[in-house]
Amino acid sequence: MLATIVRRLLQTLLVVLIMSALVFGGLYLVGDPVDMLASPEATEAQRELIRQSFGLDQPLWRQYGIFLSKALQLDFGASFLTGESAMHLILERMPATLELATLAMFLSLVIGVPLGVYAGLKPNSKGARGVMAGSVLGFSLPNFWVGLMLIMLFAVMLGWLPAGGRGAVESFGPIKLSIFNWDGFKNLILPASTIAVAKCALIIRVTRAATRECLPQDYIKFARAKGLRERRVLGVHLMKNILIPIVTIGGLEYGQVFAFAVVTETVFSWPGMGKLLIDSIITLDRPVVVAYLMLTVVFLATLNLLVDIAYTVLDPRVRLGGGSAT
Amino acid sequence: MKLIRKTILLSVMAACFLGAVGMAQARDLTIALRSEPSSMDPQFHSLTPNTQLSETLFDPLVRTDGNAKPVPSLAESWTVDGNVWTFKLRTDVKFSDGSPFTAEDVLFTYDRVPKVPNSPSSYSLYLSSIDKVEAPDPHTIKITTKGPSPVLLANLSMVPIMSHKAAAGPAPEGKTTVELNRGDGLVGTGPYKFVSWKRGAEIVFERNEHYWGDKPDWDKVTYRPISNSAARVAALLAGDVDVIEDPPTDDLPKLKKDKNLYIQETPSVRVIYLAMNQGQEPPPGMEGTDGKNPLADKRVRQALSLAIDRKAIVERIMDGVGLPAGNLLAYPAFGTSEKHSKAEVVNTEQAKKLMAEAGYPDGFTLSLGSPDGRYTNDKRIAQAVAAMWARIGVKTNVETMAPPVFFKQRNAYAFSTYLAGWAASSGEMLNPLKSLVVTKNKEKGLGTTNWSKYSNPEMDKLVAEASVTLDDDKRSKLLQQAGDMVMEDYGILPLQFELSVWAMKKDIRYGGRADQMTLAQDMTLAK
Repeated sequence: MLATIVRRLLQTLLVVLIMSALVFGGLYLVGDPVDMLASPEATEAQRELIRQSFGLDQPLWRQYGIFLSKALQLDFGASFLTGESAMHLILERMPATLELATLAMFLSLVIGVPLGVYAGLKPNSKGARGVMAGSVLGFSLPNFWVGLMLIMLFAVMLGWLPAGGRGAVESFGPIKLSIFNWDGFKNLILPASTIAVAKCALIIRVTRAATRECLPQDYIKFARAKGLRERRVLGVHLMKNILIPIVTIGGLEYGQVFAFAVVTETVFSWPGMGKLLIDSIITLDRPVVVAYLMLTVVFLATLNLLVDIAYTVLDPRVRLGGGSAT
Repeated sequence: MKLIRKTILLSVMAACFLGAVGMAQARDLTIALRSEPSSMDPQFHSLTPNTQLSETLFDPLVRTDGNAKPVPSLAESWTVDGNVWTFKLRTDVKFSDGSPFTAEDVLFTYDRVPKVPNSPSSYSLYLSSIDKVEAPDPHTIKITTKGPSPVLLANLSMVPIMSHKAAAGPAPEGKTTVELNRGDGLVGTGPYKFVSWKRGAEIVFERNEHYWGDKPDWDKVTYRPISNSAARVAALLAGDVDVIEDPPTDDLPKLKKDKNLYIQETPSVRVIYLAMNQGQEPPPGMEGTDGKNPLADKRVRQALSLAIDRKAIVERIMDGVGLPAGNLLAYPAFGTSEKHSKAEVVNTEQAKKLMAEAGYPDGFTLSLGSPDGRYTNDKRIAQAVAAMWARIGVKTNVETMAPPVFFKQRNAYAFSTYLAGWAASSGEMLNPLKSLVVTKNKEKGLGTTNWSKYSNPEMDKLVAEASVTLDDDKRSKLLQQAGDMVMEDYGILPLQFELSVWAMKKDIRYGGRADQMTLAQDMTLAK
């Protein structure tokens, strides 16, 4: 177990290193940050000054070297645009994205799993067909469109929910969350639902497939033959076995939402990390983009590790570390 | 039972009525901004989203009015004698913390400007012509410039005065940018004072009770950055915000019809123009010219200009949110001539004739670079221009790209022609002439945005002379002459002036500003 975690962490470090080099080179090719930052009226001398103060006058390999040596001391540099620590800017925005992603995933699972099981149990019923048709629609519709439609319906026409922004927040030490008070929560409903529409569709399909696969298995038949009540058959024997694919997909999708909720955050002007990333890419704010990628890579790797651990809990036959086959 | 019901009904009605009255007296304002400021430090990053908020918290010595004309602010009056400017300061001004404003604060502020570290766009740009600043007494400031500096007032209007007492600190620059972003030391003399900034979410200002000028209408102002324009419109329609900047032009006809809204359109100082690479060598993207560059020929440039239907661009692509341009600034701004106050009228026949005269009866191929998303409808305007040029045989390949990539390519002379915009922040002709068309000179900082290799030594001379002439009449004449010269040369092709647009609830009024700034203190409750 421990060996696996260590190996995972080493792999992650390698990925982070490669990513940072790619991002560094990529942004360098895209354009010169000074063009985006300096006033168009600035003279060449003033531009040169800006270049020097950000170290942009150095050759790229040296800039990268300086970056790496600082990153080893956990200093990811200051944002070109705001002069503040890049990591700090991102961490400040992280709770907002985290609660958005968490609520979205929670909604998807709570709605998706029962619907999926239902569609799997009664595949030929009208209701199940309706659910499946809805799920196709769910992941075919573009995210931003769903968001705008929800805004038009619930904010503009009905006036029930705010059209965007974060609303009131409650502080838990340095972390600010809006999920625990009604005014803040109202702001969270529409963006979370927007994400949930697509994710829910996916969960439904995965759950249905898993249910259909499990139902003809011997242990279900045996449980029924034993005379167990249907509720126990489904709730324990079926559930435990279909949870593995759901946990896999759920975990991966959670990571996806967390790292790339960009579109939804932009449509709802939700002050999360995704919006910060887009703004930073547009202004070529390299320190923020690099720091962001490092953070998401570490997060995704950790998430995958947690998913693997969840497997062992759910199904003892799965052994971590690729040890001897059982 | 009936009585009780009646009483309840009455009291509910009374409460509603009182509530309504109370709201009319103390209303708060929520404004949706297109971009979030990068900093609250008024000397860190010279950029409109930052400047408009500093203007609400701070005052400069001299400010510019809606037409970019200098008017008194913290300085009551001023005199100029050669290189020496003397400013008389107001004596009744207090900072939002109650401390009095004196010349000491001006000295501190101007001294701090070059010391702010890692500034992405330094305010020293505005003070570069100053040799020294002195305070003979607590209410007088004497500024000596390095040479005659006719644009000093416009430049000073860009530098807000900070409180020397509140902004002092151990760092060389006093309070650091990070501290100021938290509101620490962020004390000004402006109509509002800083309350809080939640990055990405909201910025809150409250009325400054010590303000020396007229009391603004709003007790509290909340700014919300909403970068997506559809989301901005939705927030206004949903009633989440009271005023939005820059609604998308496609939505304007619908918004104008909405009885609950009021739309303000104001001409801006931003011109959208086409620059043509006029070097001797054929530029990248050009074909079919036998190794020559036809753009170096004035007749070809004139033909390209005549082929463009500027009126159609404004009407069809901009939905009327623009004015066809005949010069780099709209007449009658300072230094513009009446001669070019109207845009050139489309004339395809004459354009074809000129092309034939120049030796290109069958036209040629060129490239037109354009950013996608930097200026309103930029990409669509470029595509329309390409279609218009096709009519006179000039086959145009439109190359659109994300703004950072575009600017990099443009600075590498990668296009035959390109579309870009220029906002003359000082509101007079010296600014666009000096930056866009004067011969490039890195040492002197001239022609910083002249990426078209246009060069006219005679015009350079006129502009150089205008930039050291203090007599306004004479200076205006010189600038008019220089501007006329460029237009008659077809050195650059102005397309249209953007209109700045604000949409707001119907009981709010904002006159708008030529510099496209959104200022809460200038918004009023409609009577």
